[in-house]
Amino acid sequence: MNPNSPTRGAAIDLQNVSKAYGSFRALDGVSLHVEPGEFMTLLGPSGSGKTTTLNVVAGFTEVSSGALQVGGRSVVGVPAHKRNIGVVFQHYALFPHMTVGKNVAYPLSLRGVSKAERERRVAQALDMVKMRDFAHRYPSELSGGQQQRVAFARAIVFDPPLLLMDEPLGALDKKLREWLQLEIKRIHRELGTTFVYVTHDQEEALVLSDRIAVFNKGRIEQVGTGRELYDEPKTLFVGRFIGDSTVLRGQARSDGTSTALDVAGQTVTVPRRLDGSDTPVVLLRPEKLAIRRPGQMADTHNRLSGTIAEAIYLGSGSKYEVRLRDGSSAIVRSGLSEEGFRIDDPVELCFAGQDAKLLADDKSADATLT
Amino acid sequence: MAMHPCTRVMLGLSCLLVALWLVAPTLVVVPMSFNGNKSLAFPPVGFSWQWYENFVSNPEWSTSFFNSLKVALIVAVLATVLGTLAAFGLDRMKARTAGLLRMLLLTPMVVPGVVLAIGIYAVYLDTQLVGTLTGFVLAHTILALPFVLIAVQASLEVFDKRLETAAASLGAGRLATFRTVTLPLIAPGILSGLLFAFATSFDEIIVSLFITNPYLKTLPVQIFSSITRDADPTVAAVGTILLCATTILIGGGLFLMGRERRGNL
Ligand SMILES: Nc1ncnc2c1ncn2[C@@H]1O[C@H](COP(=O)(O)OP(=O)(O)OP(=O)(O)O)[C@@H](O)[C@H]1O
Ligand SMILES: [Mg+2]
Repeated sequence: MNPNSPTRGAAIDLQNVSKAYGSFRALDGVSLHVEPGEFMTLLGPSGSGKTTTLNVVAGFTEVSSGALQVGGRSVVGVPAHKRNIGVVFQHYALFPHMTVGKNVAYPLSLRGVSKAERERRVAQALDMVKMRDFAHRYPSELSGGQQQRVAFARAIVFDPPLLLMDEPLGALDKKLREWLQLEIKRIHRELGTTFVYVTHDQEEALVLSDRIAVFNKGRIEQVGTGRELYDEPKTLFVGRFIGDSTVLRGQARSDGTSTALDVAGQTVTVPRRLDGSDTPVVLLRPEKLAIRRPGQMADTHNRLSGTIAEAIYLGSGSKYEVRLRDGSSAIVRSGLSEEGFRIDDPVELCFAGQDAKLLADDKSADATLT
Repeated sequence: MAMHPCTRVMLGLSCLLVALWLVAPTLVVVPMSFNGNKSLAFPPVGFSWQWYENFVSNPEWSTSFFNSLKVALIVAVLATVLGTLAAFGLDRMKARTAGLLRMLLLTPMVVPGVVLAIGIYAVYLDTQLVGTLTGFVLAHTILALPFVLIAVQASLEVFDKRLETAAASLGAGRLATFRTVTLPLIAPGILSGLLFAFATSFDEIIVSLFITNPYLKTLPVQIFSSITRDADPTVAAVGTILLCATTILIGGGLFLMGRERRGNL
């Protein structure tokens, strides 16, 4: 573990990887490239194949088809214990019959590291997770957060070029989770190791990652930075999974360059059109929508009327859920200085056409997300 | 809820009675072993160590004791190895097949001992195993195996297999994982299986009576033939020694099993 070393993480390359259990495809043609030293998060709803992807990389599960390279070499058929990849599990998986110190020393003993060197590296790893004083305790004498930090130290003590983490903070409370997220980020910076992190919490993904791969039903929908996924979602699923969003559906007419959507009698126009025969829908981020009392509307193209269904005070402003005329709901955020609304107030929403995303409809996204 | 004092006394008394009924016949051998006369009458008359001396000095007794010890030790090791392997095999099998095989392996526990003894005797006559060490070891192992299987399976059930995956990720091959993670964590189960196997073989009498001959007698067989021949209180002395030994063994086994259960909570 040398904090001053240049990037020494391993690249990962999955090409068209599939994993079938009987006729069910847990992974269906996943391709993903992770740069050396990158912090990549696999994000997606339950059952979308995140853990399976991690298990395939770690060697706990064999791929059914496809190519898998770690650090430039194919690892298909290489057993897990020969891959030299650190893994942190959601359930900690510390050995209950060994002290914290013995647990962390375990991978070093297996590698025949001398006693003195072992002690030095164990101390260093425990220092890194601030658990040095607990070396003589047994795992059963530690809290969940402390156990996870020990598990983390054990997974990095042997200097793996790649660290995999499967919802490592899933069992911890929110405060502790947020603090450990920052710790993980710090350690990633110090080590330069490639991190692959699994979560279904999009906020966690945004806090931690260089890039995020969004999983859905055994496939990757999109890979990109948090900002890219938020600003430029390629699919309706990604748009809805990352951040708050409003989806407008209705009868669509497209001419050469723009698309008009009839949302319960009100027409909205977006200066874009979809290629192909997909049904277009409009996706809007809360901050692109302005909320006003009826008749006070500024001179923007698109207006939608509705009533306030839910008002949430956020401290820094308010968040409203607005019931539109067609029964669907829109999410709007307003600043502190702006006027407040109460439930059942009639309102109008407006947005500029160029701020809207035009995406292909995907009814299954509704099912997966709710 | 407060209990009526009368109920409490009655309850205590009946518990005491049942307890007495259960252990009294066993405890009777203790005073009898110090009998001053050569008689198995109860209560004993006088006090002497002579029956213990007889047990040590009379070759008939000491030989049979060492025979039993030899058989029981070999059986304990053999049954433990086989039973542990079987438990692992069943653990990794499809549930339905495993259930069937498990029942098969446990039959020696439920089949009446005499039936098993007749069967074994018939086979041994043909194969000339009557009165041999091999014969005793094979027969007793059949009887001891279920105990090991049950003990090891119980500890495998609470063993967290995800620890094996974790060990693999840290660089441990299958053998290293077994040695450093699996074995230490299920060791209490294996050890208690070993103790039960030893005890099963050491005091086995039914099958032993069938397959014994004058050249190879185990201690229970010797006790039985001695008591049917004459009223030798050495039997009581041996009984007392065995009582102490098995109490320690089984008590140890139960203690280990209990500790394991708590340790995995
Ligand atoms: N051993 C298995 N046999 C059969 N199906 C499996 C097996 N392991 C996983 N699956 C299936 O594969 C799919 C993907 O599972 P996976 O564990 O990768 O999901 P995940 O994205 O990690 O979900 P979660 O967020 O709930 O952990 C699920 O539908 C699951 O039921
Ligand atoms: Mg998972």
